[in-house]
Amino acid sequence: MPGMSGRFSTVVKAKISKLLDKAEDPGETLDFSYQKQLENLQNVKKGIADIVTAKKRLQMQSSKIEQSVVKLDTQARQALASGNEDLARVALERKNVAQTELQGLDQQVAELESQQQRLIDSEQQLRSKVEAFRTKKEVIKAQYNAAEAQVRISEAATGVGEQMADVGLAMQRAVDKTENMKARADAVSELEAAGTFDDLTAIGSGEDDIDKQLKQLSSQSVVDDELAKMKAELGSGSAPQQGQLEGGEGQ
Amino acid sequence: MIVRISGEGQYRLDESHHSKLDELDNAVVMAVDGGDEDGFHASFEELLQFVRSNGEHLADEDLAASAHILPPADLSFPEAGEEFTGDGLIPEPS
Repeated sequence: MPGMSGRFSTVVKAKISKLLDKAEDPGETLDFSYQKQLENLQNVKKGIADIVTAKKRLQMQSSKIEQSVVKLDTQARQALASGNEDLARVALERKNVAQTELQGLDQQVAELESQQQRLIDSEQQLRSKVEAFRTKKEVIKAQYNAAEAQVRISEAATGVGEQMADVGLAMQRAVDKTENMKARADAVSELEAAGTFDDLTAIGSGEDDIDKQLKQLSSQSVVDDELAKMKAELGSGSAPQQGQLEGGEGQ
Repeated sequence: MIVRISGEGQYRLDESHHSKLDELDNAVVMAVDGGDEDGFHASFEELLQFVRSNGEHLADEDLAASAHILPPADLSFPEAGEEFTGDGLIPEPS
């Protein structure tokens, strides 16, 4: 068939013919199609709900890391104020890693958001088409003899089938994307489990390994710049009163 | 001729637009074949924009089938490699 060389077209056409070939008794085809359409609508709804769940999980993770960024920043300032530059550097390195993760997560959430919106629009289109099909099917049945009605209703079913297939493809892409995000979220969880975003003051002597990894992950120059900036701020403004790290607000 | 933009909707275009569509389609194929990612994004967007601005958006409850189905606007360059090959999606007008 001309113009049907693309993968999207091929998949859509295959899905439509599968849908229409299912029922062998012509009289049943139409009701079968309509049943299928309703089932499909339910699946789309469920798919959208899954995406919303995945998005919420990422958003929760994102806000947790955001809190870590604030906490690590506070700790760096406190460490610097009490003259412990090494500790301040470690805190800033961790903050840098956390911020990078945060950017990645936020971007993924935004992508998921736009896919969710598109699916909602597609679902609306499908709902309208299914409803139109239901009405049209009854009108055609009343107006034509069985054989001709069959042909005309099949044409209408093709139109709905195309929309169903299209929503199906959009869902598949969204699912693939959430799978990728799960992998990323798992990686972030591992960093969390390793104590990367933890309260610095709570970490004992066993931090060498994490520190080594952090040095590789974080951009040294970013950390240096921020440290210098923090020093300048502390030098010009009034230094915090508390000299002890554990006296800070990051509890 | 009815053209669907996947994930977006269907548009009814006048048959007279066929050769322009084919031309835009071929430009996308050339960019993809040449490994030109920026060129792909530009030409693909142009193709979609042509359909949107010259086509009449079909009502949601219209049950007509599409003659051509274009991929969604957020198609990535690697995905485009599987999609735009050979004659492209719109065949030469006969």
